This record gives sequence, C-alpha cells and structure tokens, in this order.
Amino acid sequence: MTDVQPEVSVEDRSLAMSCAVLGAAVGVFGIAFGVGSVAAGGSVAMTCVMSLLVFTGASQFSAVSVIAAGGSTAAALGGASLLAARNAVYGLAMSRTLQGPLLSRLVAAQITIDESTAMSTAQEHPQSARSAFWWTGASVYVFWNLGTLIGALAGNAIDPEQFGLDAAFPAGFVAMVIPHLRHRNGRRAAAIGAVACAVTMPFLPAGVPILCASVGVLVGVKKP
Amino acid sequence: MTWTLVLALSAIAYVFKVTGLVIVGGRQLPAVVNRCLGLIPAALVSALIVNSTLGGDDGMVFDARAIGVAAAILVAARRAPLVVVIVTGAAITALARAAGIAV
Repeated sequence: MTDVQPEVSVEDRSLAMSCAVLGAAVGVFGIAFGVGSVAAGGSVAMTCVMSLLVFTGASQFSAVSVIAAGGSTAAALGGASLLAARNAVYGLAMSRTLQGPLLSRLVAAQITIDESTAMSTAQEHPQSARSAFWWTGASVYVFWNLGTLIGALAGNAIDPEQFGLDAAFPAGFVAMVIPHLRHRNGRRAAAIGAVACAVTMPFLPAGVPILCASVGVLVGVKKP
Repeated sequence: MTWTLVLALSAIAYVFKVTGLVIVGGRQLPAVVNRCLGLIPAALVSALIVNSTLGGDDGMVFDARAIGVAAAILVAARRAPLVVVIVTGAAITALARAAGIAV
C-alpha cells in the first residue's frame, strides 16, 4: 500500500484555509488583549504566559477587565472561571471525535475552545472533524499568542472596533451554526439555546448565559 | 494583575478543558446521552452568536454589531463560505459605525 499517495482534496484545502483565516482574525483580538492586559498593570511576561497557559479568550478578557476596573484577584478569577466552564462542555462534545492516546488528548484539551469545537462539529465526516479541530486549534493558538506578544509590546495598537472586528466572532459563529440547522432537533436546540441566553443576559454575570443555553440539548432526550 | 491570578486561572481553565475530553471521553455512553451531546454545538453556538452580538457592560446592548451580524446571517443563509460571512459581518459593522448608525 506504499504506492497510495496521500491526497489533499479541494475540500481539505478550503477547510485548512478557513481555519487559518479564523486564526488570523483571532490574532487581532490577541493584540487587543495584549494591549488591555498591559494597560491593566500586567507585565509583558504575565500577559504572554496568560495567553499561553489559560488560552481561552473570553476568560482572559473578563479577568483583565475586572482588574482594570479595580476588582480583586478573587473577583477576576470568579467571572473568568465561569466563562471557562463551558470548555468542559466542549470537551464532552469533542470526546467522540478525539479518541486516541492519552498524551494527544491532553494536548487536545488545551486547544478545546469555542473556535475549534464549532469548526470541528460543523464538519460532516469524522476525518474532516478531526482535521478541523487540530487546524483551527493550532492556528488560533499561534495567532492568539503572537497577537498577545505584539499587543503587549506595542502597549497601544489598532482599535479592533474601528474595523468592525468585534463582529467577526458572531459572524463566524453564524456560519458555523448553519450545518446544525439541517435537522429539526438541531433547529430546536439552537432556538432554545439562543432564547435562554438572551433572556438571562440582562441579569446573570457574563459567561453564565452561555451555560444556561445548554438546556437546549434536552430536546435530544426524546427519541427522534 | 498578579502572577497568582495568571497561574490560578491557567489551572482552572485546563481542569475544565481536560474534564470533558479525557475523564469522560472514550467511554461508551447511552444513546440518549449521545443524542444530547450531539446537540451541544447547536445550542451553545447559537447562544454565542447572541452573546457576542448583544453582550455589553450592562447586560444587553444593541449597537452596530447587530447590523453587521444581520448582514452576516443574510449571506450565510445563501451558503456563502465562512470567510465571506466573517468579512461581511465585520465590514458592515465598521461601515455602520463610521456612518454613525447605532454606535
């Protein structure tokens, strides 16, 4: 079987391209994070270690914004931890796709985030789902950390809002949710999730409404 | 900003990530659990759209992002590729902001 050439299909290439573009978009937010973290009194080293080790953007932004507003370490840790809790749910969703040696799963855990999970679960075939997870995770990891370093060093850089980049995430999520709307249960779960989030947003702390949205999965309890 | 915060948050974030993937992962789960797990992305990604479109310092805000995301939904519904959807969302938001609409 040595004469079988590994084939990279057009679909694979366009998937890899999508993962890279998503990573680059995240990199711009990495710059914003680096700037914000240094402005909140973090050193360049602290800022970069946070992006390397914590590696879940929403939690990092939340922690830094609490500190910048004069909050305590405990307050910053509380909100950021709530935001990080959803990564456990992503791990559950990805556990069927990412089976393999323990070491590879321990590495995969670090890049189990919004983007890699959403990109992976949007794929139809298990092989594409695995590729999408690793490509997106790796691309976001590289660009997020590169962006953080640039932002922390620059201290002040571009304003992401001026370029509408704060809408890049929701727009990306819109494209990612489309494949899940093909089946009736997917549409129901999405609708319930969106409503649960919208209804709880005005009075629950940041990050918790995302957790509330998981009630949407209960439409799967009944056999289709 | 302290090293305590950085390292504690690193540990907490990794524990959350590794719990679902490694501790539960790989075991055969009942069919009903698998059906529910399969619906997690639909429920959470749609919530992330709401959260990142309307999230603000005081709960919910309607600003230029909502206009950009509405445009993104229109092109996504026409099966545009991911890159086009993202660029549309960002560009329309930037234009709306520059024009002073719903900033």
